[in-house]
Amino acid sequence: MSFACIYVPNFSIAAVLRSEPELQARPIAVFEGKPPLEKIIAVNEYAAHLSIAPGMTKAQAELCSELVLRSRSPLQEASTHAAMLDCARSFSPCVEDTACDTAIFDLSGMGSLFGSLSKISQAIADRSSTLGLKANIAAASNADVALIAARGFPGVTIIPVGKEAEQLGSLPTKVLFSDRLEGDEKDSADQLLETLNRWGIRSLRALAALPEVALSERLGQQGLHLQRLARGVASRTIVPVEAPLIFEEAVELEHPIVLLEPLAFLLNRLLDQLCARLGSRALATQELRLTLELSNLTGLEDEFENIGIPSESDGNDKAMLKQVAPSLSRFVRQDGGFDSPSSTDQCQRNKTSQARRQASFVRKLSLPLPMLDAKVFLKLLQLDLNAHPPGAPIIKIHLAAEPARPRSAQGGLFLPPSPEPEKLELTLARIAGIVGEQRVGAVELLDTHHPEGFRMRRFVAEVARKAPQKKNADAAEAQSAITALRRFRPPLRANVTLENGQPLRLQCSKKKEVQGEVLWKAGPWRFSGDWWDRDAWSRDEWDLALRNGEAIAFYRLIHDLLGGGWFVEGTYD
Amino acid sequence: MSSAVVSTSAALGRPFIFDADLEPNCHPERSGDGAKRSPRGVEGSLPSSDPRFANILPASQLAIRPIPEMAPSGIAEFDALTGGLPRGCLTEICGPASSGRTTILLAALAAATHRGEYCALIDASDALDAHSVAASGIDLDRLLWVRCGEDSQPHQSIKKRFSKSDKTNPAEQRLEQLLRATDLLLESGGFGMIVLDLADVTLEAARRIPLTTWFRFRRAVEHKPTILLAIEHQPIAGSCSSLLLQLKVSSPFSVLFSSRKPVAHSTRSVSPTHAQLLTGLKINVEQVRSRMDRKPACSTAFETKTAWAG
Repeated sequence: MSFACIYVPNFSIAAVLRSEPELQARPIAVFEGKPPLEKIIAVNEYAAHLSIAPGMTKAQAELCSELVLRSRSPLQEASTHAAMLDCARSFSPCVEDTACDTAIFDLSGMGSLFGSLSKISQAIADRSSTLGLKANIAAASNADVALIAARGFPGVTIIPVGKEAEQLGSLPTKVLFSDRLEGDEKDSADQLLETLNRWGIRSLRALAALPEVALSERLGQQGLHLQRLARGVASRTIVPVEAPLIFEEAVELEHPIVLLEPLAFLLNRLLDQLCARLGSRALATQELRLTLELSNLTGLEDEFENIGIPSESDGNDKAMLKQVAPSLSRFVRQDGGFDSPSSTDQCQRNKTSQARRQASFVRKLSLPLPMLDAKVFLKLLQLDLNAHPPGAPIIKIHLAAEPARPRSAQGGLFLPPSPEPEKLELTLARIAGIVGEQRVGAVELLDTHHPEGFRMRRFVAEVARKAPQKKNADAAEAQSAITALRRFRPPLRANVTLENGQPLRLQCSKKKEVQGEVLWKAGPWRFSGDWWDRDAWSRDEWDLALRNGEAIAFYRLIHDLLGGGWFVEGTYD
Repeated sequence: MSSAVVSTSAALGRPFIFDADLEPNCHPERSGDGAKRSPRGVEGSLPSSDPRFANILPASQLAIRPIPEMAPSGIAEFDALTGGLPRGCLTEICGPASSGRTTILLAALAAATHRGEYCALIDASDALDAHSVAASGIDLDRLLWVRCGEDSQPHQSIKKRFSKSDKTNPAEQRLEQLLRATDLLLESGGFGMIVLDLADVTLEAARRIPLTTWFRFRRAVEHKPTILLAIEHQPIAGSCSSLLLQLKVSSPFSVLFSSRKPVAHSTRSVSPTHAQLLTGLKINVEQVRSRMDRKPACSTAFETKTAWAG
């Protein structure tokens, strides 16, 4: 039996670097706390060279101009932790969530899939690197040995069976404790380490060499346990947990973003990470939820020049914009999205101590089929944000993906071609940007007799749908052609001359060719419905023939019995 | 007058290279025995050893463009006239109002969706009637409807929205939307039929579509199994269309009543109006041009029936 351990050292710094890899070679410090008592909790090696250490106040650290300061982000750390678990679960179903920076998993049976232990370990390292994690990987026959080795040795480490004590001996005693302990556990661990230091025990080899009886008399069972760990003989079973499938990525911005182009750059990075995590779990997504935290709504009118309004606007334009500025806060509350009317933008206002209002701008991207293409997602989000701009500077980006099983469809040799789902989705999004979101899609008839009883719904080209039976196609061909009606939207108001209650002459001001003496008529046919509703309707319909130049054209004329008025609804063509 | 030496085949007595009837280096007056007229083609006139002429073929030997695959239109008389709708080509169906354009359009869409193909209809005037679509037997799940309109761009930039000088012609807006949507759909691919509904667009506006645009559309579908169909008032695509059909109601006043007796030249109906019923139209289709075959223009007629006619 073999176990592997993934350990992410300096977890807070690693979470920052995962979302901002360009800071890799710069001194970074992470602070936490309420101002003005913010303190540094983690630094990287470059910052350590600049004498920045945990425990310093933020004000002290700010004296170093080269230092990059970041606030601790629980959301970033959560997504980093989730990425680590995704990496582990892509190799084994039996994963223990040991700590936020540590995961241990069982490698039993992996040899047939990945090969030797060294190959497995290297594959784990490669996968974690793909997910943006700079982790230590250790493999051993013992879960605790793997854990200690991962904490102590950088890179990939393999502890052969029987060599545990020998390999672990050189490690310092502090690796026996996690560096993320807090409260009483941390105090107890510090006390033990201090005791061992006073005894001159600074390595695991020295601890392992201590007499057991004497150690137990002085440190009790805890001391014995530590000694067993140092010798590599402690054994326990891992406790696997099935974590909920949550795929979220977030980034907090140092400076607010006011343009959509840099936002697209950050979205691209978040989407790459999300897709990598989904791919490692053999999953796809059918819904993306983008939450943008906005800032400084009170200064909205002053921000307009920075959110895409051309700076070359003349004074009249700026004055006009300032007049309508307050009403444009409705941008953050617009209904919209691909699932309208069900999806709505949420507006949550939190007043901070600086009286600075913030709001969340939420967009939901629902896909017709499970997909896993970061470029397609980015393009769809860009098109959506172009159509629905946030309207205020962005200070935080949160992206969540709803996992779904990837679609499995096999194209047939004899099936007619169909549009590719990813390409079709992009095309429909572009067309929606041209004609409007509610004006492209498939027709769905509603259960009503209303003449316009239909609605537009999403158009989906399902690959798995089979072509209809041939006999239906033949039957369709044998059917006579149905006389179609071409509608005027909106219906054309007409001036109708009546004789004995029947239309005699017709004139439409908006369409010159629809006028003249009625040559033939049929009707009236009375239609009504929804009398119990506010949108009740009642009308008389006539079919007319009018002369249209040298030809005859047939129209449908309606008389609205509720509102009055005559309208030409369409032409039979 | 130029003093340059004029050196042409005629001047020097040499025959033109494409004169298939004459032997090379043979002048009719100098030969004495008259020109020997040889039925040989160009290859006989060309020195076979000269590599410059290795790839020149006479027009009679050029490869004939294969006839495109024809798809049923859903109307038997229409298919008997034209052979169906050609794939990979542009087809124009023209006619005035009530000439049957939309009826043929919906029948073609029904046939295509029943074959399992996905279709797209780009409606410049937003004139499609959902109930007519359903009555025609179209599979609604396979039809993409793009509704153009002058108020269809709610997400313009703020400057444009509040611009005082926003006086874009609505007809031009619709056409622009139609052309852009068509470009996107042709690029996307995968559709068995793409229809451009320009029936209610004024002729003046429709003629503003440049021929290069139609040429581009034709090239976009050329090697694909997509049927590109345009319905309009009058032909506007010029030589870009491979099949051009003209529709009209077959006689000045032919409408089928419930008694199935056409009433011709009748200006007033004496029977009560509620006893009258529009049961269908009689449509005349004339094939004006077809690149698939070179038969002379011919026509056919067929009848349509309304959804309530039974």
